[in-house]
Amino acid sequence: MAGREGAAEITTGPAGRRAPLLLLALAAIALPSLAFVTEAPNRLLSGRPVGFATALGLTGASPGVGFALTLLPLFALLAWPQKVVVRWAGILGAGLAAAALAWVAGRTAEALAAGAAVSARTSLGSGFWLTLAALLLLAADAAQRLRLAPLAALGAALLALGPLGALLASGALGELSILKEFVNQQDVFAAALLRHGVIVAGALAPTLVLGVPLGLAAWRWQTLRRTVFPVLNIVQTIPSIALFGLLMAPLSGLARRLPGLADWGISGIGLAPAIIALVLYSLLPIVRNTVEGLRGVPESVRDAARGMGMTPTQVFWHVDVPLALPVFLSGVRITAVQAVGLAAVSALIGAGGLGAIMFQGLFANALDLVLLGAVPVILLAVAVDLVFRLLVALAARETA
Amino acid sequence: MIELEHVCRDFDGFRAVDDVSLTIRRGEFCVLIGPSGCGKSTTLRMINRLIEHTAGRIRIDGKEIRSFPAEVLRRRMGYVIQSGGLFPHWTVERNIATVPALLGWPRAKIRDRVTELMELLQLDPERFRHAYPHRLSGGQQQRVGVARALAADPDVLLMDEPFGALDPITRGTLQAELARIQRGTGKTVVFVTHDMDEALKLATQVVVMEQGRLVQAASPQELLAAPASDFVREFVGSEEPGLKLLAVETVAGRVREGAAASGDPLPRTATLRRALSEMISRHTDRLPVADDDGRVVGAVHLADLVRR
Repeated sequence: MAGREGAAEITTGPAGRRAPLLLLALAAIALPSLAFVTEAPNRLLSGRPVGFATALGLTGASPGVGFALTLLPLFALLAWPQKVVVRWAGILGAGLAAAALAWVAGRTAEALAAGAAVSARTSLGSGFWLTLAALLLLAADAAQRLRLAPLAALGAALLALGPLGALLASGALGELSILKEFVNQQDVFAAALLRHGVIVAGALAPTLVLGVPLGLAAWRWQTLRRTVFPVLNIVQTIPSIALFGLLMAPLSGLARRLPGLADWGISGIGLAPAIIALVLYSLLPIVRNTVEGLRGVPESVRDAARGMGMTPTQVFWHVDVPLALPVFLSGVRITAVQAVGLAAVSALIGAGGLGAIMFQGLFANALDLVLLGAVPVILLAVAVDLVFRLLVALAARETA
Repeated sequence: MIELEHVCRDFDGFRAVDDVSLTIRRGEFCVLIGPSGCGKSTTLRMINRLIEHTAGRIRIDGKEIRSFPAEVLRRRMGYVIQSGGLFPHWTVERNIATVPALLGWPRAKIRDRVTELMELLQLDPERFRHAYPHRLSGGQQQRVGVARALAADPDVLLMDEPFGALDPITRGTLQAELARIQRGTGKTVVFVTHDMDEALKLATQVVVMEQGRLVQAASPQELLAAPASDFVREFVGSEEPGLKLLAVETVAGRVREGAAASGDPLPRTATLRRALSEMISRHTDRLPVADDDGRVVGAVHLADLVRR
């Protein structure tokens, strides 16, 4: 551990300061010059931009001071980029700054709503989004340089996103358009989130059932390996929209021929083609990582296990499985994260999920609705990634 | 006792081991030696059926090895390979306990046995019991490997170049400890190496192999005094054959009981070569010799070293 930290120190020269400097510069330019929020008479018309300075004026000056104070720890990242404490403070500072930013936006929305019609909307502007992105990237950059163990990474994520989450939960942002959309669509949103989970889980389960035996077989027989991987690689290169399209024709044909299938919900559109396509994409990482995990088990360890008198079954369960597990689980991680993203696209063929909200917003030109679909997809992907990284680290802990 | 009778091993038409007949008596330290690809490892691995012989017969204590299920046979033999082959995901304790666990020993008995073996191999049980192999040095890992092989108290220890990847000092220490353990426990050891010095130091019987065939099986002294062929002579090393002879015998057999000499005594277990070296560096032609308890029992003279 000490050695790895030492190595990190060496690489943190001027280059270590460049990323935070760039991100802070981005925030410093975007915040005052671009629209912080936009004010529109209703959700479909495009709005009038409101700058950050105006917004601050609407809320009173003191939050501005608070904002400057929360930014200070971020500047410390430029001065002492290699200090561990400073990096942690930077992560918390970025989280607090993000919350402060959202608070200003929420207060602005309240102030604007006070003198306007009920249908009037205050949406978050590009200045807000760019600054928020810069702050979160700053936190991510600091976290990455800390080379955190997965549990600590979870803590860092909480530090960076916790203040914003608390603010969201407090209702202080309720006058913002995106939250109004959320309130309006709450039932739809919950159903879509559940449906998204069903698509992802529905794709992962058959992928594991098919992929693990296929991986085991491909590990045992090299000839199989030589045919399986090119096929899966080709599938992986087909764009998702094209694959959905390719599946529509044969599936709807099948459903017409065999009416029983339609009763099961199998047809050219909807859940069936989405899950089939997701399984096809997910097979490659699962099969590849199963094979690579098993191939990574040192032959000498296997030889020793046999020589000690383990039966082939015991060698498999006591040696092959635990030693291949970390690599296998990172395959599952890649698959799960990929499935969360692809499931959003599958809304195009009527599979539902968060993608449906996103596309509904796109077609209605309602940006806040798009965000209501897109932001949870991103959060879901990040969460799945973190959870599986934690599992991989737990599985690899002993072999390190 | 292990008997090999006209044993052969064919790999797709290539004969890796060709008509090897060999008897390894109980308590013997048998070293198989030869250049790479001579069939020494294959011969070793046929004894615990990691490789099946294709012709001939292998018997252990009079019983054909194929009359046992392979796993049962292997659990009766300790097995040590180069660079450990320790299970990286198991602690030192669990590694050592592998075979007892397979045999279904009770937990308390396993724990006591692990402690006993760690002490025998000079690994501090407190410090290393719960350590993972990657935390250990190469020498410590190999100690664990030897302890693991000894765990279920097998009669036979099969060792495939166990010290090949270690630095010379660690290798020397472990060789000495293996010799001590083997003498103390009376285990039959079959040991593969390509290092002739290691073979001469450890073996009671050296088996020289070349291209799958057994060229000579003899005690170290015999091998040095009467190599069976030019190949053996060359493999033993043509340089300083006399010093090599001195290196395979201890002073115990040449002590003049009750004779006196001055200076620090040599232990009875020191080699004649070391005695000669001491005489040269101390500018003397006689040295006192002490027994295992450090009491002086006699002396050895320069003339005794050259006596037949």
